Amino acid sequence: MAAPDNGPEGTPATATLNVAAWSPGEDVIEVKRTPAPGPTRSTWRTFVETLRGLGTTFGRFHETPITVQYPEEKTPVYPRFRGRHKLHRFEDTGLEKCVGCSLCAAACPADCIRVVAAENTPEHRVSAGERYAEVYEINLSRCIFCGYCEVACPFDAITMGHDYELSDYDRTDLIFTKEMLLAEPLERTPLRNEGE
Amino acid sequence: MIAVVGYYEPWWIQIIKAIVIFAVGLQLVPIVLLAERKLLGRFQARYGPNRVGPYGAMQPLADILKLLTKEQFRPTTSIGFLYALAPMISILTAVAALAIIPFGDVQDIFGTPVGLYGIDVSIGPLYLFALGGIAFYGIMLGGWASGSKYSFLGSMRGAAQLISYEVAQGLALVGVLMTAQTLSLTGIVIAQKGMWFVVPQLAGFLIFMVASFAETNRAPFDLTEADAELVGGYNTEYGGGRFASYYFAEYLNVIVVSGIATTIFLGGWLLPFGIHPPGWVDPFVVLFKMGLVTFFFIWVRATLPRLRYDQLMSFGWKVLLPLATLNTLITAIVVTVSH
Repeated sequence: MAAPDNGPEGTPATATLNVAAWSPGEDVIEVKRTPAPGPTRSTWRTFVETLRGLGTTFGRFHETPITVQYPEEKTPVYPRFRGRHKLHRFEDTGLEKCVGCSLCAAACPADCIRVVAAENTPEHRVSAGERYAEVYEINLSRCIFCGYCEVACPFDAITMGHDYELSDYDRTDLIFTKEMLLAEPLERTPLRNEGE
Repeated sequence: MIAVVGYYEPWWIQIIKAIVIFAVGLQLVPIVLLAERKLLGRFQARYGPNRVGPYGAMQPLADILKLLTKEQFRPTTSIGFLYALAPMISILTAVAALAIIPFGDVQDIFGTPVGLYGIDVSIGPLYLFALGGIAFYGIMLGGWASGSKYSFLGSMRGAAQLISYEVAQGLALVGVLMTAQTLSLTGIVIAQKGMWFVVPQLAGFLIFMVASFAETNRAPFDLTEADAELVGGYNTEYGGGRFASYYFAEYLNVIVVSGIATTIFLGGWLLPFGIHPPGWVDPFVVLFKMGLVTFFFIWVRATLPRLRYDQLMSFGWKVLLPLATLNTLITAIVVTVSH
Protein backbone atom coordinates (compact mmCIF):
# COMPACT_ATOMS: atom_id res chain seq x y z
CA MET A 1 0.00 0.00 0.00
CA ALA A 2 1.32 3.44 -0.87
CA ALA A 3 1.14 4.84 2.62
CA PRO A 4 3.65 7.69 2.91
CA ASP A 5 4.04 7.06 6.62
CA ASN A 6 7.83 7.00 6.55
CA GLY A 7 9.59 10.32 6.30
CA PRO A 8 10.60 11.73 2.92
CA GLU A 9 13.35 9.84 1.18
CA GLY A 10 16.92 10.59 2.19
CA THR A 11 16.27 12.84 5.18
CA PRO A 12 17.82 11.42 8.33
CA ALA A 13 15.32 11.45 11.15
CA THR A 14 17.69 12.51 13.91
CA ALA A 15 16.62 15.17 16.35
CA THR A 16 19.14 17.50 18.01
CA LEU A 17 18.44 19.49 21.14
CA ASN A 18 19.41 23.18 21.23
CA VAL A 19 20.65 23.09 24.80
CA ALA A 20 24.14 24.64 25.00
CA ALA A 21 25.09 23.03 28.30
CA TRP A 22 24.41 19.54 27.11
CA SER A 23 26.45 17.90 24.42
CA PRO A 24 24.82 14.98 22.69
CA GLY A 25 28.10 13.08 22.55
CA GLU A 26 28.09 9.46 21.52
CA ASP A 27 24.86 8.37 23.11
CA VAL A 28 22.67 9.68 20.29
CA ILE A 29 21.01 6.82 18.54
CA GLU A 30 20.59 7.43 14.86
CA VAL A 31 17.14 6.35 13.78
CA LYS A 32 17.42 4.41 10.56
CA ARG A 33 14.33 4.05 8.47
CA THR A 34 13.77 2.24 5.26
CA PRO A 35 13.05 4.66 2.44
CA ALA A 36 9.41 5.25 1.65
CA PRO A 37 8.36 2.99 -1.22
CA GLY A 38 8.10 4.74 -4.56
CA PRO A 39 5.16 4.27 -6.91
CA THR A 40 6.72 1.23 -8.58
CA ARG A 41 7.42 -0.57 -5.35
CA SER A 42 4.02 0.37 -3.97
CA THR A 43 2.28 -1.14 -6.95
CA TRP A 44 4.52 -4.19 -6.71
CA ARG A 45 3.60 -4.64 -3.07
CA THR A 46 -0.07 -4.01 -3.68
CA PHE A 47 -0.48 -6.62 -6.38
CA VAL A 48 2.42 -9.04 -6.71
CA GLU A 49 3.21 -9.45 -3.02
CA THR A 50 -0.47 -9.78 -2.16
CA LEU A 51 -0.89 -12.46 -4.83
CA ARG A 52 2.18 -14.23 -3.49
CA GLY A 53 0.61 -14.22 -0.03
CA LEU A 54 -2.63 -15.59 -1.42
CA GLY A 55 -0.63 -18.33 -3.14
CA THR A 56 1.07 -19.21 0.12
CA THR A 57 -2.18 -19.65 2.00
CA PHE A 58 -3.76 -21.58 -0.87
CA GLY A 59 -0.75 -23.91 -0.85
CA ARG A 60 -1.69 -24.98 2.69
CA PHE A 61 -4.83 -26.63 1.30
CA HIS A 62 -3.26 -29.90 0.28
CA GLU A 63 -1.53 -30.33 3.62
CA THR A 64 -3.00 -32.71 6.16
CA PRO A 65 -4.04 -30.90 9.33
CA ILE A 66 -1.57 -31.42 12.15
CA THR A 67 -4.27 -31.21 14.83
CA VAL A 68 -4.23 -33.94 17.49
CA GLN A 69 -7.86 -34.95 18.06
CA TYR A 70 -7.37 -34.82 21.81
CA PRO A 71 -9.91 -36.91 23.68
CA GLU A 72 -9.57 -39.70 21.13
CA GLU A 73 -5.89 -39.22 20.39
CA LYS A 74 -3.34 -38.27 23.01
CA THR A 75 0.06 -36.74 22.64
CA PRO A 76 2.56 -39.36 23.88
CA VAL A 77 4.62 -38.34 26.89
CA TYR A 78 8.32 -38.93 27.53
CA PRO A 79 9.32 -41.67 30.02
CA ARG A 80 10.55 -39.07 32.51
CA PHE A 81 7.26 -37.15 32.38
CA ARG A 82 6.01 -36.43 35.91
CA GLY A 83 2.33 -37.20 36.11
CA ARG A 84 0.11 -38.74 38.79
CA HIS A 85 1.94 -40.64 41.56
CA LYS A 86 1.98 -44.42 41.82
CA LEU A 87 2.66 -46.58 44.87
CA HIS A 88 4.33 -49.92 44.24
CA ARG A 89 4.24 -53.46 45.59
CA PHE A 90 6.90 -56.13 45.43
CA GLU A 91 6.10 -58.23 42.42
CA ASP A 92 6.96 -61.59 44.04
CA THR A 93 5.41 -61.26 47.50
CA GLY A 94 2.75 -58.65 46.76
CA LEU A 95 3.79 -56.69 49.86
CA GLU A 96 3.80 -52.90 49.73
CA LYS A 97 7.17 -51.26 49.29
CA CYS A 98 6.22 -48.30 51.46
CA VAL A 99 7.37 -48.60 55.06
CA GLY A 100 5.68 -45.44 56.31
CA CYS A 101 8.90 -43.48 56.96
CA SER A 102 7.31 -40.11 55.96
CA LEU A 103 10.46 -38.98 54.15
CA CYS A 104 8.30 -38.11 51.14
CA ALA A 105 6.04 -35.96 53.31
CA ALA A 106 9.13 -34.25 54.73
CA ALA A 107 10.53 -33.59 51.26
CA CYS A 108 7.28 -32.32 49.84
CA PRO A 109 7.50 -28.53 49.28
CA ALA A 110 3.74 -28.24 48.82
CA ASP A 111 3.03 -30.23 51.96
CA CYS A 112 0.46 -32.36 50.22
CA ILE A 113 1.41 -35.85 51.47
CA ARG A 114 0.02 -37.28 54.68
CA VAL A 115 1.43 -40.53 56.06
CA VAL A 116 0.28 -42.30 59.21
CA ALA A 117 2.46 -45.29 60.00
CA ALA A 118 1.44 -48.46 61.87
CA GLU A 119 3.34 -51.53 63.09
CA ASN A 120 3.36 -54.70 61.04
CA THR A 121 2.35 -57.80 63.01
CA PRO A 122 2.95 -61.43 61.94
CA GLU A 123 -0.83 -61.88 61.49
CA HIS A 124 -1.27 -58.66 59.60
CA ARG A 125 1.76 -58.03 57.42
CA VAL A 126 1.31 -55.26 54.84
CA SER A 127 4.83 -54.16 53.97
CA ALA A 128 8.24 -55.79 53.95
CA GLY A 129 9.63 -53.56 56.69
CA GLU A 130 8.88 -53.08 60.37
CA ARG A 131 6.12 -50.60 59.81
CA TYR A 132 3.71 -49.78 57.00
CA ALA A 133 1.65 -46.80 55.94
CA GLU A 134 -1.79 -47.10 57.42
CA VAL A 135 -2.86 -43.88 55.76
CA TYR A 136 -1.15 -42.57 52.68
CA GLU A 137 -2.85 -39.60 51.06
CA ILE A 138 -1.70 -37.18 48.39
CA ASN A 139 -3.73 -34.04 47.91
CA LEU A 140 -3.34 -33.60 44.15
CA SER A 141 -4.98 -30.20 44.21
CA ARG A 142 -1.88 -28.98 46.07
CA CYS A 143 0.77 -31.16 44.44
CA ILE A 144 3.18 -29.28 42.16
CA PHE A 145 4.55 -32.44 40.51
CA CYS A 146 8.15 -31.65 41.43
CA GLY A 147 9.06 -35.28 41.98
CA TYR A 148 10.92 -34.69 45.27
CA CYS A 149 8.89 -37.48 46.94
CA GLU A 150 10.18 -39.90 44.35
CA VAL A 151 13.77 -38.76 45.04
CA ALA A 152 13.33 -38.88 48.81
CA CYS A 153 11.90 -42.41 48.95
CA PRO A 154 14.57 -44.92 50.09
CA PHE A 155 12.59 -47.94 48.79
CA ASP A 156 11.34 -46.67 45.41
CA ALA A 157 7.86 -47.14 46.79
CA ILE A 158 6.48 -43.96 45.21
CA THR A 159 7.20 -42.92 41.66
CA MET A 160 5.71 -40.34 39.34
CA GLY A 161 3.45 -41.95 36.76
CA HIS A 162 2.45 -40.68 33.33
CA ASP A 163 -1.21 -39.82 33.77
CA TYR A 164 -2.07 -36.18 33.42
CA GLU A 165 -5.87 -36.18 33.13
CA LEU A 166 -6.56 -35.25 36.72
CA SER A 167 -9.38 -32.74 36.58
CA ASP A 168 -12.41 -33.32 38.76
CA TYR A 169 -15.59 -31.60 39.85
CA ASP A 170 -14.80 -31.56 43.54
CA ARG A 171 -11.63 -30.74 45.44
CA THR A 172 -12.20 -33.56 47.89
CA ASP A 173 -12.09 -36.01 44.98
CA LEU A 174 -8.53 -34.93 44.33
CA ILE A 175 -7.27 -36.37 47.62
CA PHE A 176 -5.88 -39.67 46.42
CA THR A 177 -5.82 -42.45 49.00
CA LYS A 178 -3.41 -45.38 49.24
CA GLU A 179 -5.79 -47.74 47.43
CA MET A 180 -6.12 -45.34 44.52
CA LEU A 181 -2.40 -44.82 44.28
CA LEU A 182 -1.67 -48.54 44.45
CA ALA A 183 -4.21 -49.46 41.78
CA GLU A 184 -3.14 -49.69 38.18
CA PRO A 185 -4.42 -46.67 36.23
CA LEU A 186 -7.40 -47.52 34.04
CA GLU A 187 -6.32 -45.50 31.06
CA ARG A 188 -2.67 -45.49 30.32
CA THR A 189 -1.06 -42.50 28.73
CA PRO A 190 0.83 -43.34 25.54
CA LEU A 191 4.59 -43.27 25.95
CA ARG A 192 6.89 -41.65 23.48
CA ASN A 193 9.39 -44.06 22.00
CA GLU A 194 13.07 -43.31 21.98
CA GLY A 195 14.09 -40.88 19.28
CA GLU A 196 10.48 -39.89 18.61
CA MET B 1 -35.54 -16.29 -22.05
CA ILE B 2 -37.80 -13.32 -22.37
CA ALA B 3 -35.29 -10.67 -21.30
CA VAL B 4 -37.47 -7.91 -19.94
CA VAL B 5 -36.00 -5.04 -17.97
CA GLY B 6 -38.08 -3.28 -15.37
CA TYR B 7 -40.85 -5.90 -15.29
CA TYR B 8 -43.26 -6.04 -12.33
CA GLU B 9 -45.38 -9.06 -11.42
CA PRO B 10 -48.81 -9.03 -9.76
CA TRP B 11 -48.68 -8.31 -6.04
CA TRP B 12 -49.30 -11.89 -4.87
CA ILE B 13 -46.32 -13.21 -6.84
CA GLN B 14 -44.18 -10.52 -5.29
CA ILE B 15 -45.16 -11.68 -1.81
CA ILE B 16 -44.37 -15.32 -2.66
CA LYS B 17 -41.04 -14.25 -4.14
CA ALA B 18 -40.21 -12.25 -1.02
CA ILE B 19 -40.81 -15.32 1.15
CA VAL B 20 -38.77 -17.58 -1.14
CA ILE B 21 -35.82 -15.19 -1.33
CA PHE B 22 -35.94 -14.65 2.41
CA ALA B 23 -36.02 -18.39 3.07
CA VAL B 24 -33.24 -19.23 0.60
CA GLY B 25 -31.12 -16.21 1.42
CA LEU B 26 -31.18 -16.86 5.13
CA GLN B 27 -30.15 -20.49 4.61
CA LEU B 28 -27.02 -19.22 2.90
CA VAL B 29 -25.79 -17.51 6.06
CA PRO B 30 -25.10 -20.65 8.14
CA ILE B 31 -23.50 -22.26 5.09
CA VAL B 32 -21.14 -19.33 4.64
CA LEU B 33 -20.47 -19.27 8.37
CA LEU B 34 -19.51 -22.93 8.41
CA ALA B 35 -17.58 -22.66 5.16
CA GLU B 36 -15.57 -19.80 6.57
CA ARG B 37 -14.61 -21.67 9.72
CA LYS B 38 -13.81 -24.87 7.88
CA LEU B 39 -11.81 -23.11 5.16
CA LEU B 40 -9.91 -20.94 7.63
CA GLY B 41 -9.02 -24.16 9.40
CA ARG B 42 -7.70 -25.78 6.26
CA PHE B 43 -5.73 -22.65 5.36
CA GLN B 44 -4.02 -22.94 8.75
CA ALA B 45 -3.42 -26.72 8.61
CA ARG B 46 -6.12 -27.56 11.16
CA TYR B 47 -9.58 -29.11 10.86
CA GLY B 48 -11.94 -26.36 11.91
CA PRO B 49 -15.17 -27.33 13.68
CA ASN B 50 -15.66 -31.11 13.47
CA ARG B 51 -17.49 -32.06 16.64
CA VAL B 52 -21.13 -31.10 16.14
CA GLY B 53 -22.80 -33.37 13.62
CA PRO B 54 -21.04 -35.05 10.69
CA TYR B 55 -17.91 -33.04 9.79
CA GLY B 56 -19.11 -30.30 12.13
CA ALA B 57 -22.04 -29.49 9.84
CA MET B 58 -24.32 -28.60 12.75
CA GLN B 59 -21.86 -26.07 14.20
CA PRO B 60 -23.72 -22.91 13.04
CA LEU B 61 -26.94 -24.30 14.52
CA ALA B 62 -25.20 -24.95 17.83
CA ASP B 63 -23.70 -21.45 17.78
CA ILE B 64 -27.04 -19.78 17.14
CA LEU B 65 -28.80 -21.89 19.77
CA LYS B 66 -26.15 -21.03 22.31
CA LEU B 67 -26.46 -17.32 21.58
CA LEU B 68 -30.25 -17.33 21.64
CA THR B 69 -30.44 -19.05 25.01
CA LYS B 70 -28.17 -16.47 26.60
CA GLU B 71 -29.42 -13.73 28.85
CA GLN B 72 -30.21 -10.37 27.23
CA PHE B 73 -28.28 -7.98 29.37
CA ARG B 74 -27.22 -4.43 28.73
CA PRO B 75 -24.69 -2.16 30.44
CA THR B 76 -26.09 0.41 32.87
CA THR B 77 -24.43 3.19 30.88
CA SER B 78 -26.18 2.19 27.66
CA ILE B 79 -29.20 3.84 26.09
CA GLY B 80 -31.77 1.07 26.09
CA PHE B 81 -33.93 1.95 23.10
CA LEU B 82 -31.06 2.58 20.69
CA TYR B 83 -29.12 -0.34 22.07
CA ALA B 84 -31.96 -2.66 21.10
CA LEU B 85 -32.69 -0.90 17.81
CA ALA B 86 -29.16 -0.89 16.35
CA PRO B 87 -28.82 -4.63 15.57
CA MET B 88 -32.26 -4.55 13.97
CA ILE B 89 -31.17 -1.78 11.60
CA SER B 90 -28.10 -3.80 10.67
CA ILE B 91 -30.04 -6.95 9.91
CA LEU B 92 -32.87 -5.12 8.14
CA THR B 93 -30.60 -3.35 5.68
CA ALA B 94 -28.66 -6.52 4.96
CA VAL B 95 -31.85 -8.46 4.20
CA ALA B 96 -33.34 -5.62 2.17
CA ALA B 97 -30.22 -5.43 0.01
CA LEU B 98 -30.69 -9.10 -0.85
CA ALA B 99 -33.90 -8.20 -2.69
CA ILE B 100 -32.26 -6.63 -5.72
CA ILE B 101 -29.84 -9.42 -6.61
CA PRO B 102 -31.11 -11.06 -9.79
CA PHE B 103 -30.87 -14.85 -9.68
CA GLY B 104 -32.20 -15.29 -13.19
CA ASP B 105 -34.13 -13.80 -16.04
CA VAL B 106 -37.91 -13.50 -16.28
CA GLN B 107 -39.17 -17.10 -16.47
CA ASP B 108 -42.50 -18.51 -17.51
CA ILE B 109 -43.77 -20.33 -14.41
CA PHE B 110 -47.25 -21.88 -14.87
CA GLY B 111 -48.14 -19.34 -17.51
CA THR B 112 -47.16 -16.32 -15.41
CA PRO B 113 -43.93 -14.50 -16.21
CA VAL B 114 -41.91 -14.32 -12.99
CA GLY B 115 -38.60 -12.55 -12.57
CA LEU B 116 -36.13 -14.51 -10.49
CA TYR B 117 -35.25 -11.54 -8.32
CA GLY B 118 -36.88 -9.72 -5.44
CA ILE B 119 -37.47 -6.53 -7.35
CA ASP B 120 -35.85 -5.07 -10.44
CA VAL B 121 -35.49 -1.51 -9.23
CA SER B 122 -34.70 1.06 -11.89
CA ILE B 123 -32.02 2.59 -9.66
CA GLY B 124 -30.16 -0.70 -8.94
CA PRO B 125 -26.80 0.19 -7.36
CA LEU B 126 -28.19 3.40 -5.84
CA TYR B 127 -30.65 1.28 -3.83
CA LEU B 128 -27.69 -0.71 -2.59
CA PHE B 129 -25.75 2.38 -1.55
CA ALA B 130 -28.81 3.89 0.10
CA LEU B 131 -29.16 0.77 2.25
CA GLY B 132 -25.41 0.78 2.87
CA GLY B 133 -25.81 4.32 4.18
CA ILE B 134 -28.50 3.19 6.59
CA ALA B 135 -26.51 0.10 7.60
CA PHE B 136 -23.86 2.45 8.90
CA TYR B 137 -26.39 3.66 11.49
CA GLY B 138 -26.63 0.11 12.77
CA ILE B 139 -22.94 0.09 13.62
CA MET B 140 -22.77 3.73 14.70
CA LEU B 141 -25.79 3.63 17.01
CA GLY B 142 -24.83 0.23 18.39
CA GLY B 143 -21.36 1.40 19.33
CA TRP B 144 -22.50 4.72 20.70
CA ALA B 145 -25.54 3.47 22.65
CA SER B 146 -23.46 0.76 24.34
CA GLY B 147 -21.85 3.35 26.61
CA SER B 148 -18.41 1.79 26.35
CA LYS B 149 -15.28 3.38 24.96
CA TYR B 150 -14.23 0.32 23.00
CA SER B 151 -17.61 0.19 21.30
CA PHE B 152 -17.50 3.92 20.68
CA LEU B 153 -14.01 3.81 19.15
CA GLY B 154 -15.04 0.85 17.01
CA SER B 155 -18.15 2.56 15.74
CA MET B 156 -16.24 5.78 15.05
CA ARG B 157 -13.74 3.87 12.98
CA GLY B 158 -16.58 2.09 11.28
CA ALA B 159 -18.24 5.37 10.38
CA ALA B 160 -15.05 6.85 8.92
CA GLN B 161 -14.25 3.65 7.07
CA LEU B 162 -17.68 3.13 5.56
CA ILE B 163 -17.92 6.72 4.35
CA SER B 164 -14.42 6.65 2.85
CA TYR B 165 -14.79 3.41 0.98
CA GLU B 166 -18.35 3.92 -0.15
CA VAL B 167 -17.09 6.70 -2.42
CA ALA B 168 -14.56 4.46 -4.13
CA GLN B 169 -17.03 1.58 -4.31
CA GLY B 170 -19.64 3.77 -5.95
CA LEU B 171 -17.23 5.30 -8.42
CA ALA B 172 -15.95 1.85 -9.38
CA LEU B 173 -19.46 0.97 -10.56
CA VAL B 174 -19.94 4.12 -12.63
CA GLY B 175 -17.77 2.69 -15.41
CA VAL B 176 -20.05 -0.31 -15.71
CA LEU B 177 -23.18 1.80 -15.58
CA MET B 178 -21.90 3.97 -18.43
CA THR B 179 -21.00 0.94 -20.53
CA ALA B 180 -24.32 -0.81 -19.86
CA GLN B 181 -26.34 2.42 -20.24
CA THR B 182 -28.73 1.25 -17.51
CA LEU B 183 -29.06 1.22 -13.73
CA SER B 184 -31.26 -1.87 -13.63
CA LEU B 185 -29.27 -4.88 -12.41
CA THR B 186 -31.15 -7.17 -14.79
CA GLY B 187 -30.29 -4.80 -17.59
CA ILE B 188 -26.63 -4.84 -16.55
CA VAL B 189 -26.55 -8.64 -16.71
CA ILE B 190 -28.21 -8.65 -20.13
CA ALA B 191 -25.67 -6.08 -21.34
CA GLN B 192 -22.93 -8.60 -20.52
CA LYS B 193 -24.11 -11.11 -23.14
CA GLY B 194 -21.09 -10.49 -25.37
CA MET B 195 -18.46 -10.10 -22.68
CA TRP B 196 -18.55 -10.00 -18.88
CA PHE B 197 -17.74 -6.58 -17.49
CA VAL B 198 -14.84 -8.01 -15.52
CA VAL B 199 -12.78 -7.92 -18.75
CA PRO B 200 -13.24 -4.33 -19.95
CA GLN B 201 -13.71 -3.04 -16.37
CA LEU B 202 -10.93 -5.01 -14.66
CA ALA B 203 -9.71 -1.94 -12.76
CA GLY B 204 -13.27 -1.20 -11.68
CA PHE B 205 -13.70 -4.80 -10.53
CA LEU B 206 -10.53 -4.72 -8.42
CA ILE B 207 -11.43 -1.38 -6.85
CA PHE B 208 -14.96 -2.62 -6.16
CA MET B 209 -13.65 -5.78 -4.51
CA VAL B 210 -11.13 -3.94 -2.30
CA ALA B 211 -13.76 -1.38 -1.29
CA SER B 212 -16.20 -4.22 -0.60
CA PHE B 213 -13.80 -5.71 1.93
CA ALA B 214 -13.91 -2.40 3.77
CA GLU B 215 -17.68 -2.01 3.37
CA THR B 216 -18.39 -5.42 4.86
CA ASN B 217 -15.85 -4.87 7.68
CA ARG B 218 -13.89 -7.95 6.67
CA ALA B 219 -10.18 -8.61 7.02
CA PRO B 220 -7.85 -6.90 6.16
CA PHE B 221 -10.11 -3.90 6.81
CA ASP B 222 -11.89 -5.18 9.93
CA LEU B 223 -10.83 -2.20 12.00
CA THR B 224 -14.31 -1.72 13.40
CA GLU B 225 -13.90 -4.88 15.42
CA ALA B 226 -10.11 -5.08 15.66
CA ASP B 227 -10.01 -7.75 18.38
CA ALA B 228 -6.46 -7.04 19.40
CA GLU B 229 -6.95 -3.38 20.28
CA LEU B 230 -10.70 -2.79 20.63
CA VAL B 231 -11.75 -6.07 22.30
CA GLY B 232 -14.59 -6.53 19.83
CA GLY B 233 -15.21 -3.06 18.46
CA TYR B 234 -18.76 -1.81 18.09
CA ASN B 235 -20.31 -5.08 19.34
CA THR B 236 -18.19 -5.41 22.49
CA GLU B 237 -21.14 -4.90 24.83
CA TYR B 238 -23.53 -7.07 22.86
CA GLY B 239 -24.37 -10.65 23.73
CA GLY B 240 -26.99 -13.25 23.05
CA GLY B 241 -29.52 -12.70 20.29
CA ARG B 242 -28.46 -9.14 19.59
CA PHE B 243 -24.89 -10.20 19.01
CA ALA B 244 -26.22 -12.98 16.80
CA SER B 245 -28.06 -10.34 14.76
CA TYR B 246 -24.86 -8.39 14.18
CA TYR B 247 -23.01 -11.55 13.29
CA PHE B 248 -25.78 -12.58 10.97
CA ALA B 249 -25.89 -9.18 9.26
CA GLU B 250 -22.14 -9.29 8.74
CA TYR B 251 -22.27 -12.58 6.88
CA LEU B 252 -25.38 -11.59 4.99
CA ASN B 253 -23.50 -8.49 3.84
CA VAL B 254 -20.75 -10.73 2.48
CA ILE B 255 -23.38 -12.70 0.56
CA VAL B 256 -24.99 -9.53 -0.76
CA VAL B 257 -21.67 -8.07 -1.90
CA SER B 258 -20.80 -11.38 -3.57
CA GLY B 259 -24.15 -11.23 -5.34
CA ILE B 260 -23.57 -7.66 -6.49
CA ALA B 261 -20.06 -8.48 -7.74
CA THR B 262 -21.47 -11.50 -9.57
CA THR B 263 -24.27 -9.48 -11.13
CA ILE B 264 -22.30 -6.44 -12.15
CA PHE B 265 -18.92 -7.87 -13.12
CA LEU B 266 -19.16 -11.64 -13.48
CA GLY B 267 -22.11 -11.89 -15.83
CA GLY B 268 -24.86 -12.83 -13.38
CA TRP B 269 -26.62 -15.95 -14.65
CA LEU B 270 -24.77 -15.94 -18.01
CA LEU B 271 -22.31 -18.70 -18.80
CA PRO B 272 -19.24 -18.25 -21.01
CA PHE B 273 -18.63 -19.84 -24.43
CA GLY B 274 -22.22 -19.27 -25.53
CA ILE B 275 -23.71 -22.04 -23.34
CA HIS B 276 -27.43 -21.45 -22.86
CA PRO B 277 -28.84 -23.79 -20.22
CA PRO B 278 -32.59 -23.92 -19.54
CA GLY B 279 -33.96 -21.14 -17.36
CA TRP B 280 -34.15 -23.13 -14.11
CA VAL B 281 -30.33 -23.46 -14.07
CA ASP B 282 -29.86 -19.67 -13.77
CA PRO B 283 -30.19 -19.39 -9.96
CA PHE B 284 -27.64 -22.17 -9.51
CA VAL B 285 -25.18 -20.42 -11.83
CA VAL B 286 -25.57 -17.24 -9.80
CA LEU B 287 -25.21 -19.12 -6.51
CA PHE B 288 -22.09 -20.87 -7.80
CA LYS B 289 -20.48 -17.61 -8.81
CA MET B 290 -21.47 -16.05 -5.48
CA GLY B 291 -19.84 -19.00 -3.76
CA LEU B 292 -16.60 -18.35 -5.64
CA VAL B 293 -16.58 -14.67 -4.63
CA THR B 294 -17.34 -15.62 -1.03
CA PHE B 295 -14.49 -18.11 -1.13
CA PHE B 296 -12.23 -15.26 -2.22
CA PHE B 297 -13.40 -13.22 0.77
CA ILE B 298 -12.50 -16.06 3.13
CA TRP B 299 -9.22 -16.70 1.34
CA VAL B 300 -8.17 -13.07 1.74
CA ARG B 301 -9.12 -13.16 5.40
CA ALA B 302 -6.78 -16.10 5.89
CA THR B 303 -3.96 -14.27 4.09
CA LEU B 304 -3.72 -10.58 4.84
CA PRO B 305 -3.00 -8.96 8.20
CA ARG B 306 -5.11 -6.06 9.42
CA LEU B 307 -4.12 -2.62 8.21
CA ARG B 308 -3.12 0.19 10.50
CA TYR B 309 -5.79 2.85 10.76
CA ASP B 310 -3.89 5.64 8.97
CA GLN B 311 -2.88 3.19 6.26
CA LEU B 312 -6.51 2.32 5.75
CA MET B 313 -7.49 5.96 5.39
CA SER B 314 -4.62 6.96 3.12
CA PHE B 315 -5.20 3.88 0.97
CA GLY B 316 -8.87 4.69 0.59
CA TRP B 317 -8.53 8.37 -0.17
CA LYS B 318 -5.14 8.57 -1.89
CA VAL B 319 -5.08 5.36 -3.90
CA LEU B 320 -8.53 3.89 -4.40
CA LEU B 321 -10.45 7.11 -4.97
CA PRO B 322 -8.05 8.55 -7.61
CA LEU B 323 -7.92 5.17 -9.34
CA ALA B 324 -11.70 4.91 -9.37
CA THR B 325 -12.00 8.46 -10.71
CA LEU B 326 -9.44 7.74 -13.41
CA ASN B 327 -11.27 4.56 -14.35
CA THR B 328 -14.52 6.49 -14.64
CA LEU B 329 -12.89 9.20 -16.75
CA ILE B 330 -11.26 6.77 -19.17
CA THR B 331 -14.47 4.76 -19.52
CA ALA B 332 -16.40 7.98 -20.16
CA ILE B 333 -14.00 8.96 -22.95
CA VAL B 334 -14.12 5.48 -24.51
CA VAL B 335 -17.92 5.35 -24.36
CA THR B 336 -18.28 8.83 -25.85
CA VAL B 337 -15.84 8.13 -28.67
CA SER B 338 -17.30 4.74 -29.58
CA HIS B 339 -20.93 5.92 -29.68
